Amino acid sequence: MASYPQNFRFGEFVGSILWLVFWVLIIVTLVGLPLVFIVLFYVPLPPIGDEVLTPYLFLTMVVDPSRTIPIVEHLMTTDLFRVAVFPGFTYGALIGGLTIFIERKFLAKMQLRVGPLYAGKIEGIFQLIADGLKLIAKEIIVPSGADKPIFWAAPIAFVSVSAAVVTLIPVAPGWVVADLDVGLLAVFAILGFFPLIALLFSWASNSKYPFIGGLRALHQMIAFEIPFILSALSVVILSGTLNLTGVVEAQLQSYWFIFFVPISAFVFYISSLAELERIPFDLPEAESEIVAGWLTETSGMIYGLLQLGSYIKTYALAALFVVLFLGGWAGPQVFPQEFHTPLVDISPLYDPVAANATLWFTLKTFGMIMLFLLPRGISPRIRIDILLHTGWYKLIVLTFINMFIALALIYGGILGPGGLLVR
Amino acid sequence: MTSLEDKFEETKRLGLQIVRESEDERLMTLSVGPQHPGSGHFRFTIKLDGDYIVYCDPDPGYVHRGEEKMCEYRNFIQNIPHLERPVIHDSTNITYAYSLAVEELVGIEVPRRGQFIRAIASELNRQVYTLYWLAIYGIFLGHSTMFMWPTGDRELFIDLLEALTGARVTHAYNIPGGVRNDMPEGFRDRCLRQVHYFEKRLKEYEDIFYNNPLFRQRTEQVGVLTKDDAAKLGVTGSVVRASGIPYDIRKAEPYDIYNEIDFKVQYMKTGDSFARSYTPFLDMRESCHIIEQLLDKMPQSGEVRAKLQPNPKGPPGEAYRRVESGRGALGFHIISDGTPKPYRVKISVGSFRNILALPYLLVGQRLADMPAIYWSLNYWPVEADR
Repeated sequence: MASYPQNFRFGEFVGSILWLVFWVLIIVTLVGLPLVFIVLFYVPLPPIGDEVLTPYLFLTMVVDPSRTIPIVEHLMTTDLFRVAVFPGFTYGALIGGLTIFIERKFLAKMQLRVGPLYAGKIEGIFQLIADGLKLIAKEIIVPSGADKPIFWAAPIAFVSVSAAVVTLIPVAPGWVVADLDVGLLAVFAILGFFPLIALLFSWASNSKYPFIGGLRALHQMIAFEIPFILSALSVVILSGTLNLTGVVEAQLQSYWFIFFVPISAFVFYISSLAELERIPFDLPEAESEIVAGWLTETSGMIYGLLQLGSYIKTYALAALFVVLFLGGWAGPQVFPQEFHTPLVDISPLYDPVAANATLWFTLKTFGMIMLFLLPRGISPRIRIDILLHTGWYKLIVLTFINMFIALALIYGGILGPGGLLVR
Repeated sequence: MTSLEDKFEETKRLGLQIVRESEDERLMTLSVGPQHPGSGHFRFTIKLDGDYIVYCDPDPGYVHRGEEKMCEYRNFIQNIPHLERPVIHDSTNITYAYSLAVEELVGIEVPRRGQFIRAIASELNRQVYTLYWLAIYGIFLGHSTMFMWPTGDRELFIDLLEALTGARVTHAYNIPGGVRNDMPEGFRDRCLRQVHYFEKRLKEYEDIFYNNPLFRQRTEQVGVLTKDDAAKLGVTGSVVRASGIPYDIRKAEPYDIYNEIDFKVQYMKTGDSFARSYTPFLDMRESCHIIEQLLDKMPQSGEVRAKLQPNPKGPPGEAYRRVESGRGALGFHIISDGTPKPYRVKISVGSFRNILALPYLLVGQRLADMPAIYWSLNYWPVEADR
């Protein structure tokens, strides 16, 4: 049987290819090359090392890949790289995406299921991509009577605010987008935007269930904001700084703060769960009561963006826990000092300290994320009056207990400058 | 609001007041269902004052299929497959009551082995239903593991019933005169093995769900139905047993083989949502003992079905028989005019009686308690609509 079309003619086939080549050549020479030269002429290009970036340098890179190394090295020092790629958005979004997959498999194992299985052949590793494509392909339905500008803006604001928290997290020594002196304060200031966005979005949806969900989100986040901040305050007392890098360095000089203020760590963990709207604190999205809470009217990529934002937020809060209580990037050195690869030597890009710090930081963050995921398998949803009672009475009292312990440690000369346990 | 009469008056007054003050801005009307993840094929309109429910109006009838009328156009045997549609998860029990009533009308005696097999199928199906109910109760309270575990363990009993009857969910196994076919070989050992495994699993359910402090906080002292109120409203099954009345049709009016079986009627005294959710769990444990006893006492051989005419008919008259289903008393009232088709069939289901308590229990509770109370009433919307 012929596997090609019956009316296939070889001459036409060759002709069509030649025709295509002809047009590509015409367009490249008449449009592409002038554009390139206009750009080169008017846009000042940065010098890379000793050389000026020219089209000829690009050509040499094609021939000798090792010449790209200085360019990459230069790129890695730019702010754009930090914001968009490594300690910033892409890193956070990758960990967030991985969290979705891990959550589904982890929860499935707890519940005697298999979880995602088919997409990607091996244990459904491409499930996230398949879901993302599905969400992009779906129609976005905006309810009639919705406040359209806010309805469209809120999901984008949600992701942006989540990403803004990520920028404040120091991943490795020197690897932080914004190393503010008031870093911890800035984190809580940014986290204060979330209930606002939830309420605005729910109100803009012009529907009853989202409205109830938005009000619940507001109540919940305000009730847990105070124990959240107070639990971090004992860490500030111990380290003497609000700078997150400074907090990590204070722990490098003594021991992890979770050993000194475990109750604060516990309160921080509980408040993070509430902040993330995860079970048992998923009241704003309580399915059997208020359909999907403030997410009821979302569809397509609006839902996708809100989910992306909430998983980036999960990463940010887990990372914040690691920075505050688990010693940040502290850990034994596992990477070798020198690292040479055959063919293309990437050793100029290789920084053993940063690589080691990133490894330990990522591992600890994943451990914390697993702890955030765990209650979903073992706990029912809490009721709002119990939640508010827990937030306003119990947790605040617990944080005060640990704050006094922290003060005693400082004034007793155990921690702090010149303390007994400071190395 | 203490007694039922007070509550009733209060609800009526509020209802009138709300109709009058429909423009009241304090109140928010929520239509829960029929397209709501927490309602089923059922709707209830609730009015909220802040977080509190002040008024509830149940509105069943979205899946009314006219089962009773359909019965009048088919003969006694043809009625079996469509009568199990209202509760496909408990299909053996609903045909059980029908078969008992028809047998009384036609005047036939079921062979002893047939009676035992009927009871075994009925108990297995009760487990299937209660596990499904428990799974939904779990997910209603946000406990997703409690949704997956019972749904998984339910497969064990579905497999047993498939081996016994040939169908996974709609068995059409009880027919007037006995059961359709005998047990397969090796069924006894398989059944005992799985029941023993399931008894171990029940302990794990208790650990992860019923002993969970958050679950206790959410259900204890929520939606309390007192003993007197339960009797006045006429609720049945696990709901009445949770309120402290040990009433079980299997004990009160033993049918078939149940007077030879030694079992306790499980009941609790508090009458809150926790008791209503825990009583079916205790029933499942008791059901396991019943299945073990039935398998021990069963005659090893014999007929399973009495021979009937191709088109059985009895003298003119009427019969009312009922059984204990997963949701409580399930009765069939059949009137025959002497022809092979029933003149009138009335199905009395437990679901509909239990939902009568909903407006009284919801008023004064929080919105978050709505699923905890609603599903604890052991209500199956499709069965109530018939």
